[in-house]
Amino acid sequence: MSAAFFQRRFQVLPGFNLALGYTIAYLSLIVLIPLSSILIKTSSLSLEQFWTIVSAPRVVASFKLSFGASLIAAAINAVFGLMLAWCLVRYPFPGKKLIDALVDLPFALPTAVAGIALTALYAPNGWIGALLEPYGIKVAFTPLGVLVALIFIGLPFVVRTVQPILEDLEPELEEAATCLGAHRWQTFRKVLLPILTPALLTGFALAFARAVGEYGSVIFIAGNMPMVSEIAPLMIITKLEQYDYVGATAVALAMLILSFALLLAINLLQGWKASVRTRGAKP
Amino acid sequence: MAAAAALHAPASPLGHFDYQASPATREADWIRRTLLVVSLGFFAFFLLLPLVAVFVEALRKGWGTYLTALTDPDAVAAIRLTLLAAAISVPLNLVFGISAAWAIAKFEFRGKQFLITLIDLPFSVSPVIAGLVWVLIFGAQGWIGPWAAEHDLKIVFAVPGIVLATVFVTFPFVARELIPLMEAQGREEEEAAIVLGATGWQAFWRVTLPNVKWGLLYGVILCNARAMGEFGAVSVVSGHIRGLTNTLPLHVEILYNEYNFAAAFAVASVLALLALVTLAIKTFIEYQHARAMAATSEEIQ
Repeated sequence: MSAAFFQRRFQVLPGFNLALGYTIAYLSLIVLIPLSSILIKTSSLSLEQFWTIVSAPRVVASFKLSFGASLIAAAINAVFGLMLAWCLVRYPFPGKKLIDALVDLPFALPTAVAGIALTALYAPNGWIGALLEPYGIKVAFTPLGVLVALIFIGLPFVVRTVQPILEDLEPELEEAATCLGAHRWQTFRKVLLPILTPALLTGFALAFARAVGEYGSVIFIAGNMPMVSEIAPLMIITKLEQYDYVGATAVALAMLILSFALLLAINLLQGWKASVRTRGAKP
Repeated sequence: MAAAAALHAPASPLGHFDYQASPATREADWIRRTLLVVSLGFFAFFLLLPLVAVFVEALRKGWGTYLTALTDPDAVAAIRLTLLAAAISVPLNLVFGISAAWAIAKFEFRGKQFLITLIDLPFSVSPVIAGLVWVLIFGAQGWIGPWAAEHDLKIVFAVPGIVLATVFVTFPFVARELIPLMEAQGREEEEAAIVLGATGWQAFWRVTLPNVKWGLLYGVILCNARAMGEFGAVSVVSGHIRGLTNTLPLHVEILYNEYNFAAAFAVASVLALLALVTLAIKTFIEYQHARAMAATSEEIQ
């Protein structure tokens, strides 16, 4: 009460009511009301009916593939993304600026373009597919293809969250560690990695969240075989095409709940790790 | 959920620190070489190669086929619709982004963090769900669907649906860039302008806008790239009617599914070029931003 009064009294800048009012109105019209339609549509189902839809074997298989492949892809991106960010920040090499700019390609390249390009590469007669064929490795039109597409779209999330932290690291930290007798690996493991872990986890979570919902780059390379290489977003589309609006919405809601729960878990893990570290630091 | 792409300038002037000069920040040669080979190999394999493949496949059957694919009436109609969807959604989200950033960065109010989370929501929702919500509202079984049908308004499986889906998926881009930038700049400059007698609009046009122009442009080009390239959300609400409700990415899909690969990649190469131009402008803006930051820190010293 007194805070509100204080603010109104001494606020010099105009336009707060207009700006906030417009922001909330537009947000409601474009995002909140449309998204609430998912909750309202599924509320016409009983819990039992909802469960029957989302626990159907084909739906469960698509969830397993989407969430499993997304976790693996995000983990692979966390490892290689960290290495790439490290090289971009620390090592001089020719073409560095160009590569740095191209890291964002998956943000800018339309997903359908990425999808057909990856399919062309990994198809049995493609540049990479033909190389793998003699070893009996099939990538396109298998779950492995889904993984490849998800690695493609997730990489910049890790690089771009870790890179700024690496750039802002003070070299004194490493100098101190070296003076105290640490090997290069010990310095990395005990000094640098703990500092980078929050950013790395954030990048992992971002890449994962994007991968779970990804559609365009995956459907071309996946082959979309029911029970084998069908992703959850495609499940929604399939149900929509059969005019099963309720079913599609139930799957969408389950997807939202699952990814929200996983992201929450990652956030909690991050908080837990931070608290363990501060506790450990106390004498 | 934040987007990872954000205008960043190193907080400390360490950009030119030579890590290879001191033994404390240097690795053994073989480790450095291995890291470079592995990470650049990974980059080439997963990012560079697909990009190259688009252009090679597009020109596989020569320039003649390439140009025919692009001048096909359906392709031209798709280009037109893509431009239209971007021309509507980018300005809408630009106005929203400015208004959201003004409210959030220049004023204190309760629930601010919650509002920022809500603005980011479209980033963490699958594009397919972003399309689905419009079908649920305007579809035949939807809330407004029957009313719209009565009044002969076609929204879903028509152009308005495509525009709405595009607006949804590109919603946070400008706001995301402007909010942290305007927060960092504080409100002293605008307050000074007001105290000196400027109106609110004058303060905005002459003080705020010049201060955030690079961040604004950055948000706009990322928003535009997504608007022109969106596939999943648009695919759900488009009726996939050739020449009528096909955007460029959807046109790529149709051609590809018809095994017309050369044409599909020809159209795809236009979108890939757009992506490259976007990245070039983005890099240019980052460079300008870094220069502006360096100039300010020099002024302070």
